[in-house]
Amino acid sequence: MINFGYNINKSSRIDLDKDLNIAKKIVKIEPSFRTCIGCGCCTSTCSANNFTVFNLRKIQLQINRGELQSIRKEVEKCMLCGKCQMICPRGINTRNIILAIFKVID
Amino acid sequence: MIVDGKRKIWKDYQKEIPDDHYFYVRSCIRQNFFPASEVMFLKIMRDELACDIYENEYHTTCSGIGYHCDVVPMETTMTVIARQFALMTEAGYKNYAASCITSFGLYSEVIETWRHFPDLLKKIRKNLKEATGREFEIPEYLSHASDIIYKVRHDIAAKGKYRLINRFTGRPLKVVEHVGCHYSKMFPHKGIGGAEYPYVLAGMIEAWGGEVVDYPERRHCCGFGFRQYFIKANRGYSIANTHKKFESMEPFKPDMIITNCPGCPYFLDRWQYAIAEMEGKTYGEDGHGIPVFTYEEVASIVLGYNPWDMGLQVHQVAVEPLLNKIGISYNPEEKYKGFNNEDMGHPEKPVNLKTY
Ligand code: SF4
Ligand code: SF4
Repeated sequence: MINFGYNINKSSRIDLDKDLNIAKKIVKIEPSFRTCIGCGCCTSTCSANNFTVFNLRKIQLQINRGELQSIRKEVEKCMLCGKCQMICPRGINTRNIILAIFKVID
Repeated sequence: MIVDGKRKIWKDYQKEIPDDHYFYVRSCIRQNFFPASEVMFLKIMRDELACDIYENEYHTTCSGIGYHCDVVPMETTMTVIARQFALMTEAGYKNYAASCITSFGLYSEVIETWRHFPDLLKKIRKNLKEATGREFEIPEYLSHASDIIYKVRHDIAAKGKYRLINRFTGRPLKVVEHVGCHYSKMFPHKGIGGAEYPYVLAGMIEAWGGEVVDYPERRHCCGFGFRQYFIKANRGYSIANTHKKFESMEPFKPDMIITNCPGCPYFLDRWQYAIAEMEGKTYGEDGHGIPVFTYEEVASIVLGYNPWDMGLQVHQVAVEPLLNKIGISYNPEEKYKGFNNEDMGHPEKPVNLKTY
């Protein structure tokens, strides 16, 4: 392979039929996913977020937008401690959301 | 493609294209990339259709590349363009025909700006007079050369020796049309069919027997984007655009691509080589690329001109698969022979992209 001194930049294209389906599949497994208001309480209390740039609020936003490139790698940082679930003002089952992401993303 | 819906849109975007008497201006770069396209245009218009097309050897660049790369200021560009208009006025013409899409877009932009800012027009008239002693009229009709070929597409089909039909299957060839961004994305009413679904090339494809491929990234830029390409550090953006288009058209298995811009056929053609050599990916059949043509080249193919006389041997992606599908007779021995039968030399073969 030749190196011309530049690469082909990755596309940020979203396939509306495929990529947005992930959010729908997660809602099927954990309907409370739909009620998230993006307040970020989960992220501010998250132990994993203390040590890494892990951000559960961002993950749910990206899934709803169909931006899936980094999701798999990100959710692996979660320790499933459940602190976020205790603080979430919407009572969202955040741990189940993490598990649901693992189920549907691959 | 839902053709009925498109026809409705196309009806709203019609433009008047004069029948005859054009002042023709060439592109700065097309003669290097696709050397015979402009010659073939003049030949078709003059010899086949007996039109009056005048060329003046003193015309220059429109400065569009410099303008879009942010190195030439607008007023300088306007004065350069005013000089081209002066040459047209002096030659007694009113119908201006541009070979280049970027020039066409820039002429449209400049004329429209003068309409809104008459004082600026006055200033440009003064600039030109002081610099060159010339005076100019604004063209009555501004056409892109593809508008003109569009207008005579049925005459070309009637005179044609070949149609865009696969002789092995009897089915129309699947043709991707790529219209240059500057054709109608800035001024939809200045192009045939508007900005979303320009009809200018689709009309030619239909008239010559092919079938238009409607794929998701059809209206996406070819990747040239001027400063995206000219600055090497930005080239990843340029090739990413082209890559996106090819990924999107690949499932439709197009037989060929037609374009109407100087940059588009260049990037759609040459980037296929770069993608193949960088990532090993090819988009045509059996390791070949998808052949890319200018509309003049396709018109010349339909009319039965010798492929090597219209410069098809300088394309990066081999055109032979397409010529074979249409059933065009050509002599492979003559591919790299110049006018005097001299050997022009053979290009080096790419590793991953198959050529003939
Ligand atoms: S705390 Fe609950 S509502 Fe707030 S962002 Fe996290 S999951 Fe969404
Ligand atoms: S369960 Fe995961 S996301 Fe929630 S606080 Fe614990 S580590 Fe963070």
